[in-house]
Formats: sequence, C-alpha cells, structure tokens
Amino acid sequence: MDAGDALSLARAQFGLNIAFHILFPAINIALAWYLIGFRVKYARTQDARWLATYRLWVKIFALTFAMGVVSGITMSFQFGTNWPGYMLKVGNIAGPLLGYEVLTAFFLEATFLGVLLFGMERVSARVHIVSAVMVAVGTTLSAFWILALNSWMQTPAGHVMDGDALIAGSWLEVIFNPSFPYRFAHMMLASGLTASFLVAGLSAWRLLRDAADEGALKTLRAGALVAALLAPLQVFVGDLHGLNTLEHQPAKIAAVEAIWKTQKGVPLVLFAVPNELAGRNDYALEVPKLASLVLRHDFDAELQGLDAFAPDHPPVAPVFFSFRLMVGVGLLMLALAWLGAWRLRKGAPPRWLLWCFAGMTFSGWIATLAGWIVTEMGRQPWLVQGILRTEDAAGRVAEASLGASFTGYLLVYGVMLLAYMVVLTRMAGEGAKA
Amino acid sequence: MSLDLPLIFGILMGAAVLAYVVLDGYDLGVGMLMPAASAAEQDVMVASIGPFWDANETWLVLGVGILLIAFPAAHGYILGALYLPVAAMLVGLMLRGVAFELRVKAVGWHAELWNWLFWFGSFLAAFSQGFMLGRYLTAFLPGWGYTLFSLTVGAALCGGYVLLGAAWLILRTEGALQQKAVGWTKWGLAWVALGVALVSLGTPMVSEIVYARWFDFPRTLALMVLPVATLVTWLWVWRSLGRSEWKPFAGAVAIFVLAFIGLAYSVFPYVVPGWLTLWEAAAHPSALKVTLAGALIVLPFLVGYTAFAYRVFRGKAKAGLYH
Repeated sequence: MDAGDALSLARAQFGLNIAFHILFPAINIALAWYLIGFRVKYARTQDARWLATYRLWVKIFALTFAMGVVSGITMSFQFGTNWPGYMLKVGNIAGPLLGYEVLTAFFLEATFLGVLLFGMERVSARVHIVSAVMVAVGTTLSAFWILALNSWMQTPAGHVMDGDALIAGSWLEVIFNPSFPYRFAHMMLASGLTASFLVAGLSAWRLLRDAADEGALKTLRAGALVAALLAPLQVFVGDLHGLNTLEHQPAKIAAVEAIWKTQKGVPLVLFAVPNELAGRNDYALEVPKLASLVLRHDFDAELQGLDAFAPDHPPVAPVFFSFRLMVGVGLLMLALAWLGAWRLRKGAPPRWLLWCFAGMTFSGWIATLAGWIVTEMGRQPWLVQGILRTEDAAGRVAEASLGASFTGYLLVYGVMLLAYMVVLTRMAGEGAKA
Repeated sequence: MSLDLPLIFGILMGAAVLAYVVLDGYDLGVGMLMPAASAAEQDVMVASIGPFWDANETWLVLGVGILLIAFPAAHGYILGALYLPVAAMLVGLMLRGVAFELRVKAVGWHAELWNWLFWFGSFLAAFSQGFMLGRYLTAFLPGWGYTLFSLTVGAALCGGYVLLGAAWLILRTEGALQQKAVGWTKWGLAWVALGVALVSLGTPMVSEIVYARWFDFPRTLALMVLPVATLVTWLWVWRSLGRSEWKPFAGAVAIFVLAFIGLAYSVFPYVVPGWLTLWEAAAHPSALKVTLAGALIVLPFLVGYTAFAYRVFRGKAKAGLYH
C-alpha cells in the first residue's frame, strides 16, 4: 500500500465530511437568531403571518439541524480514525475543547429544539421564546468552542510540552489565542450573511410565485436589511483577519497573494495562474505595489514570499483561487444586499431583483467554503501550525476501507444535499402557512 | 486528595453509552417497527419520538467524545479497527435523521422512499452497533467464528431495540396502536431472550478474558445474580403486558442496564479488551481535570432541562402537532 495514497484518501474523506458539515451550521448559527426575531414578532403583534413565517422557518431550521447533527456525529468518529496522530500529539488540548462543545452546546440545542418544534401548544409563549434563545445560545456556543480549537491550530498559544505530547499551560491563552477573536467574528458574520441570503433568497422565490404574499415580502426585507448591515462589517473584519494572518501565518498570505519571492513594493495580483513547478505566476494581471500598501500600508514595504518558507509552503493555486472566489462572491453579496435594501424601501420589488435574490440563495455557502479552503489549505503542510505536520497525524486505516467508505459517504452526501435543496425550495415556494 | 481520573472517566463513558443505548435504542426501535404499522399509525409513532431523537443521538457524540478526550489512544485503535461498521452505522444514522425530516416534507413516491429509508437507516444503525459490540468483545480478532458471533450480537441488539421501541409505544400511544405495540413487545421479548442467551453463552467461548472473569468459583455463584435478575425482569415484563403502561418500558430499560453491567464486568478494567486498560489509555491529568470540572458544572443543567423536555411532552403522542 502506498502511504501517500492513503494520506490523500484520508484527507479527501475528512475534507469532504467537514465541508459538507459546515454548510449546515453556517446557516443555523445565525438562523437561530432569526427564529427568535420571528417568534417575538408574533408574540408582540399576534399577526398570523408572523406565526406562519415562524412555523416555516423553524421547519427549515430543524431540517438543517438534522443534516448538521448526522454529519457532525461522523466527524466525532473521524477525528480519531483518520487523524490518530493528532489526538496523540495535541489531544490534551483539542479533547477538552471538543468536550466543552458537546457538554455546553449540543444537548442544549437539541433538547430545546424539541420544545421549539413541538411545544408551542404545550408551554407558555414566554417559555417558548426562552427555548428559542437557548437554541441560539447553543448554536453560538458551539461555534465558539470549535473556532477556539481551529484558531488554536492556526495560531497555537498557551501550551507546554509534556514528553512527546502537548498539554495546556493556560486555558485562557489556549482559547483566546491570537487569531481566535478575528476568526470567531469572521465566522459569525459569515453565518449571518449565509442565513440572511437564505432567508431573502427563499422569500424572493416565494414572491416570484405569488407576488401578493406579504409575509414573504417582510422576510425578504428582513434578510436584505440584515445582509446590508453585516456585509460591510464583514469586509472590515475580514481585513483585520488578514492582517492578523500576515503577522502569525505569513506563508498563508504569501499563497493567498501568490508572492513567490520576498521583495519590496509587491504588486497585487488580481488574476493569474500560479505555476507551482516554475515558482511564478502565468498570465498575471497585477497592480504595482498595491499588495505592499494593502498589507503593510506602505508602497515600498517588503513582504515575505513563498521562497522564505521553502520547502514547507502551502499549495498556492487552491489558496489563491479560493481567496478570489470568496472575495468575489462576498462583494457580489454586498452589492446585492445594498441594492436590495435600498430598492425594497419603496413598495413591491421588481421581478429582476427577486430573481437576483433567488439566484443568490446559497451564495453564502460558496463564500464560506472558499474561505475555509483558504484558511485550512493555507496552513499546510501543518495540521497544527509549527507543531504537527498533517502527514504525521494520518492513520493506518487500510486504503480499501477508506475507498469503500469514501464512496459511501460521497453517495449519501450527494443525495442528502440534493434532497435538502429541493425540499427547501419547495417548502418556500409553497409559502408559509399558519 | 487525588482522584482516580481514568476510572471516573471510564464510569462517565459507560454511563453515556448506556444512556445512548437506552434513549436512541427506543427511537431506533420505533423506526424498525415502522413497516408493521399503517400509514396513520406511522405518523403517531414518529410523533412520539419527534421531540427527543436529536438529543438522544447527542449521547452517542458524548460517549464517543469521552473516548476521544479521555482515552485518545483507545479511540484511534477501536474506531480504526471498526472502520467499516462505524461507517455503515453513520450512513444508517444519516439516512434515518434526514428521512425523519423528509418523509413528511416530500410528496408522492419520494415520501414513500424516505419512509422506507427511515426504516432501513434505523435497522442499519442498530445492527452495526451490535456488530461493533461483537467485534469489540472479540478484541477485533479475525476469523469466521468471531464474525459469526458479531453478527449474532448485531441481531440480538436489533431485538433489544425493538423491545425498547415497542415498550415505548405502549407508554406513549393509545387504542389500536397500543394493542399492536403489546404484540410487538412480546416478539421483542422472545427475540431478546434468544439473543441474550446466545450472546451470553458465546462470549466466554470467544474471549478468554471474559471466560476467566466469569468462571472462577466461588465468584461465579455471586455473579449468577445477574442472569437471575435478568430472567426475573423478563418474566415481570411479560406478565405486565396488557396490564400496565409503564412497566414494560421500565422492565426493558432494566434488562438493558443488567446486560450492560454484565458486559462492563466482562471487560473492566480494559478499554481495549486484552490490550489497553483505562489507566494505560488515559489522556494527561490536566486535560481530564478541566473536562471533569466542565462536566460537573454542566451535567446538572443537562439533566434538568432534559427532565423539563420529557415533562413538557408527557402523555400520549398525537400525529400532526408539528406538521
């Protein structure tokens, strides 16, 4: 058996799993807060349209939650099976963080979701709203712990060596490691935008089929308005996150910007085809000195190139292209959110605008996935930056087992994703019913 | 005072796994009973587990999570050795979880397909779990005898879950469906009797460790309390059928608890049978301490709001509350 192939398969399988899984929390972390909004609106106004809206979106939340739970269970198994070296080396740090996620978040979300879904006639409005808050607190806590762990893997801090393994010296430093505040804020906003575009997009889809649905118009407005507020904030936080990465993971930034050689006055590469073999960019379209200005706020500042990290630099092309995809989709979302928020102030929206929102329903997924590819591929060849290499963490599961289970997962995920999108679109198309 | 942290985590992990098996066991069992019911009854059955199944599955994450956090070496070893049955179980749980949501949201033949996948996923997950237990007890050794034993454990666990599911339905439904559930419980009891007998006889044969633990006179006489108690509980459940709504479920849970104690006694103090003890596989005390502190703070709340949810949804299940 070729160890390299098993490593690629283990990575591909885990990558598939984690990419599939993140789609659903990316929606639900923020959708939980929308649910509180819809539920409170109904409690205040006693307007049946808000009740119908709440009922529709709590069903969408539940379906999304189920997808997240089942793909998340898979991950709790794969941490150990695909990456046993990871747990042996850093398990004393990763383990408790994951444990806190299960203990503080998972049970809270799952239990109160039951009350949210089935308990409206069984508990008072106050208890029902508190349950909605508990679900939202749960999803947010879950994001808190998992991003603390991921950020620690990017910018490890607060640990000490104990023999061959690491243990925590200071848990506060482990949790609030240098990149955590930026990554947490970035991901929360990403979820806010993903959920907002889902709410706006599915509402627009409904309005295309029934222009008189006032409930759908309300939720379209809500989604567009929240997105219009969050999008510029995300540009700002994303920039801070980038500067933080430059400070702690300069190799990632060199790959993002496709800077091959350390130099002064670095141009910003708008587009190119990174040529890994030759160590240069083909067909490059560049703005002179702009990268130095953006990253160092000085036209002639020096930036480290990939050569400074040789031979351990991340793969350039996937990081480079994913970053541009993320920024591109993000800017498109910003433009549509502002246009929509402005246009929706006055009366009925035109059909072209509805088509735009409907078309962008799942745009948050693309930006979020692209962003995660940048940050995870950009950390390679490290699994834990500077501490553990990915190849040293992989397991010894037979290639045949990996191949068989990979095919199984791929098939099941494909069916699940298709069914999810079809059912969501259909439920939204039929509209909210009280 | 120094705490025996690996032992505490061993107990916590056992408790989480037991909680999972009993809780998800009844909802997997309800899933496996679906083909025996009419379409209208199926909706009531699903409604009876609706508010709980998400949280029930979370116990699996906690159990596996404790294995990962507290005994990382064992996590990689056990789950690596069980890679394919784990994958099969996960696919089963996925199909089932998604089918649970989609069987009412899809239309026409799609709905029928998801209904069928709900049954299939429940069955696949239950059988895989039993098979994994069999492989675990036989220390993952290769060979036809061991595989046959694991398949038997898989089938026996399916029977156990059917018993739990049927007894749950006696508790949570009424009328004709409840009558049917009484019949299903009888089948479940028979299935469990056969399964427990086969597995109990087979385990000492396939595992020297288990043999040595159980057949060591005069300790064996004291240990006979377990099978005798199981038999008494079994008879008690059988007699209570048609007379009590809660006794069958309580008895089914008791049978699981007794079987679990027997299994725990069989493998303790190993976490990987014959290879790694709890103490050998344990993570660093600093990691265990911080996790234990969190668990001690959170668990009372967890138990509290779980009790709250069961209180909110007490009484008989009705179809269509949500959809």
